[in-house]
Amino acid sequence: MHLPRARGPLSTCVIERLDGSRSRLDPDAIDTFPDDVVRDDDLQLALWVLYELHYRGFAEVSDALEWAPDVIAFRGVLEAGLESALREMVQSVDRGDPDGPFVDRLLEVIESGAGPSLATYVQREATTEQVRELMQQRSVYHLKESDPHSWVIPRLDDATKSALVELQYDEYGAGRADRVHATMFARLLDALDLDSSYGAHIDRAPGYALAENNMMSMFGLHRRLRGAAMGHLAAFESTSSLPCRRYAMGIRRLGLPEAVAEYYDEHVEADAVHEQVAVRDVCGRLVSGAPQLEGDVLLGAAAYVRMEEIVAGSILGAWSRGESCLLPRQMDAVA
Amino acid sequence: MSRRADEVEVRVVPNGPALVRGADAVRDEDGCSHPTTRPVVAVCMCGKTQRAPWCDGTHKVIPRG
Repeated sequence: MHLPRARGPLSTCVIERLDGSRSRLDPDAIDTFPDDVVRDDDLQLALWVLYELHYRGFAEVSDALEWAPDVIAFRGVLEAGLESALREMVQSVDRGDPDGPFVDRLLEVIESGAGPSLATYVQREATTEQVRELMQQRSVYHLKESDPHSWVIPRLDDATKSALVELQYDEYGAGRADRVHATMFARLLDALDLDSSYGAHIDRAPGYALAENNMMSMFGLHRRLRGAAMGHLAAFESTSSLPCRRYAMGIRRLGLPEAVAEYYDEHVEADAVHEQVAVRDVCGRLVSGAPQLEGDVLLGAAAYVRMEEIVAGSILGAWSRGESCLLPRQMDAVA
Repeated sequence: MSRRADEVEVRVVPNGPALVRGADAVRDEDGCSHPTTRPVVAVCMCGKTQRAPWCDGTHKVIPRG
């Protein structure tokens, strides 16, 4: 993967530091955050690029920069901005009766999602071009599907860990390389004649799509936020089966290649299992062993729910205005 | 929580599917065997799934009697 194009002052600084044209990043230079952190193209791209050093890195960037103190310090400031925006965003989510059973509270938060359904739109109305746009946007996550939650594995007690690994093992194909969910998504992109290389569509992913991804990386990379990471996982898996069935129906309605529908078929079945494992075994065991994490688990689930509302609302909003849900293609200078 | 390697564990989730661990296949009421390679599978208990015998989440949208 190569470094993306900068979108503003923050991402310019980060990209220049990584490509060697700047000697250090100054965390004190960030004095204010944008009004809408979650939708901010520049901040989210800067953070996404910094997180990517921990995943696959960039061809032209030294691997040693992953832990360079100035790079980590700069990332920390951006993360503080994202974390406070997320905490504010979930304030309106009802976390249920504090004395009620934990699993009931978690399910209540997960089921509190509102707003228009992207899956229903794809099932009934989306055009082939809109599905292709959506898949490019989704590739930001799906080409590293499940990886952000894997950071948490060594941070859990044994019983919780065994449940998480059971789920992740299935996500990673249960020993079969061709069934790794990220690999299945790459096949989906190939079948649509879209670039399936890692990071291929970053330049066209809007800030909110990167924010969705950055939130997962932040929860996963900070042991302090392990509860939020697992709450996020539970909400993600629990709101997947039924929508995936709708996506598969929409894809077949449009007569798109079978490899496209197959990815969603797999998720109908897999996620019906994963939601039970994630809610009851992963989160249930985590909180029974560490009751102080209950609030963080609910925070992660609520953040997922709210973020999905923002993502679905933004995509459907763009389409209703006759626009693309991707950023415009950057044209190289025309003579 | 622990089971012998050759044992199958079944746990019914309240208002949800049955989670089956350690099975190579599930036999339906017509006697057809449905193989699986997943470490754990969710078997439909509400009878409304479109992907029998596997759960597809439909139980969540049917009214609880």
